[in-house]
Amino acid sequence: MALITCEKACFAYEGRNVIQDLDLSIERGEYLCVIGENGSGKSTLIKGLLGLLAPVRGRVSYGDGLTRSEIGYLPQRTDVQNDFPASVWEVVTSGCRGRSLFLNAGMRRTAQRSIELLGIDGIRNRSFMELSGGQQQRALLARALCATRSLLLLDEPVAGLDPLVTREMYGIISMLHREHQLTIVMISHDIGAALRFSDRILHMSQSGIFLGTPQDYRQSELGRAFAGGIRHD
Amino acid sequence: MIETIATMFSYHFMQRALIVGVLVSLCTALLGVSLVLKRYSMIGDGLSHVGFGSLAIATAMGLSPMIVTIPVVVVAAFLLLRLSTHGKLKGDAAIAMISTGSLAVGVIALSLSTGMTSDVNNYLFGSVLAMSVSDVRLSVVLAVIVLLLFVVFYRQIFAVTFDETFARATGSHAQAYNMLLALLTAVTIVLGMRVMGAMLISSLVIFPALTAMRVCRSFRSVTICAAIVSVFCFFIGLFLSYLLSTPAGASVVVVNILAFLLFAILGRLRR
Repeated sequence: MALITCEKACFAYEGRNVIQDLDLSIERGEYLCVIGENGSGKSTLIKGLLGLLAPVRGRVSYGDGLTRSEIGYLPQRTDVQNDFPASVWEVVTSGCRGRSLFLNAGMRRTAQRSIELLGIDGIRNRSFMELSGGQQQRALLARALCATRSLLLLDEPVAGLDPLVTREMYGIISMLHREHQLTIVMISHDIGAALRFSDRILHMSQSGIFLGTPQDYRQSELGRAFAGGIRHD
Repeated sequence: MIETIATMFSYHFMQRALIVGVLVSLCTALLGVSLVLKRYSMIGDGLSHVGFGSLAIATAMGLSPMIVTIPVVVVAAFLLLRLSTHGKLKGDAAIAMISTGSLAVGVIALSLSTGMTSDVNNYLFGSVLAMSVSDVRLSVVLAVIVLLLFVVFYRQIFAVTFDETFARATGSHAQAYNMLLALLTAVTIVLGMRVMGAMLISSLVIFPALTAMRVCRSFRSVTICAAIVSVFCFFIGLFLSYLLSTPAGASVVVVNILAFLLFAILGRLRR
């Protein structure tokens, strides 16, 4: 059974239909990359998958033990306030869900585990706004890990990062996917990385949708047009 | 100096002003951190103007000022929140419109009832004489409720302030917490308005948070520091106003400005 299933889902944004009849099932353990031009509906899809935007037609359902609020979400960096006074620990623990109003021992353990997994134990008391872009992304990823045990939804996780940090970030995501069996849904502009890391590609464009393996994508018309210039070694 | 302080608080109106002032400064400082970071500072300012209008009308009609004003300002808070999040008007313009509109209505209500006397001055710029014993009782109860709610929902308030989308994605009722913030702010502003003045009360929301942010770098330390700075500045301001016979509200604001400058310099030096 899939973690998230979209059946003929249509999403509208500001009165305009952005996504039409999307059939998508996100299977446990897969690494799905969503690519497409700006304005093709990637952000709308994210809101739809997170349950923040209800489909105007069709439906989105959660299965295999996943509930709507158990998705580890990494927002685009531009959506996070960079001048916010908060320690890394405060940012990470804000991902802990639960009925408890105060931070309980279980939440602390989860947060500590996420922090260690992302190698930011040394900066847990540092201020979020004083961190480099890569460190901020790690903190936000640790927060996302606190919120989920199965699915990470990453919105352009490497946007604005330098090449070295970008590689590190992809390394971390792959590690979480392989070693911790997390399902990854990554929105990206980086088609090269999408082809290299993902199990499946969802390409959204005004003219239509491609959904398939990277191999099939390379053969497809959309894929040839988009990834044609990219070499792989 | 101890003697002066002792004499000062031998006056009952000073005791009342101090009790209400300290509680209100504490509440505004805590709420202010979130309001400033969420870019909602102007909502506080707008609410105080609505408070003035409603206070003036309540007085003109011979009704209890607090009992009438609190619900009116709470409704205005929800309205302003709505306007600034998804209104057709631009949020800041909507707030300016409601602010000046309430001010105009308030001035007319006052001039029709008592004439433009020192009352207007007291409403706009505050008076230590404004609080009656029953006002103080109500203020203490409400302020304690505000503080308790803030502490109980602190974690959620942080989450919603830092990243509302993430909070909503993980199942937090972000809009409910926004409304809670607006509600608590509305109540606090009405409580503080009599002593601080309608024109000056929102400075208590903005200054302590900004002052604390010059030096502190985590949400918790900013919150605690803002609370301490706020209460301290209120106390010093009230004391100076007694000593120098200056208006209490304005004196508190001036002390807050000085604290802000001091912290700004400290913040620069630490870098």
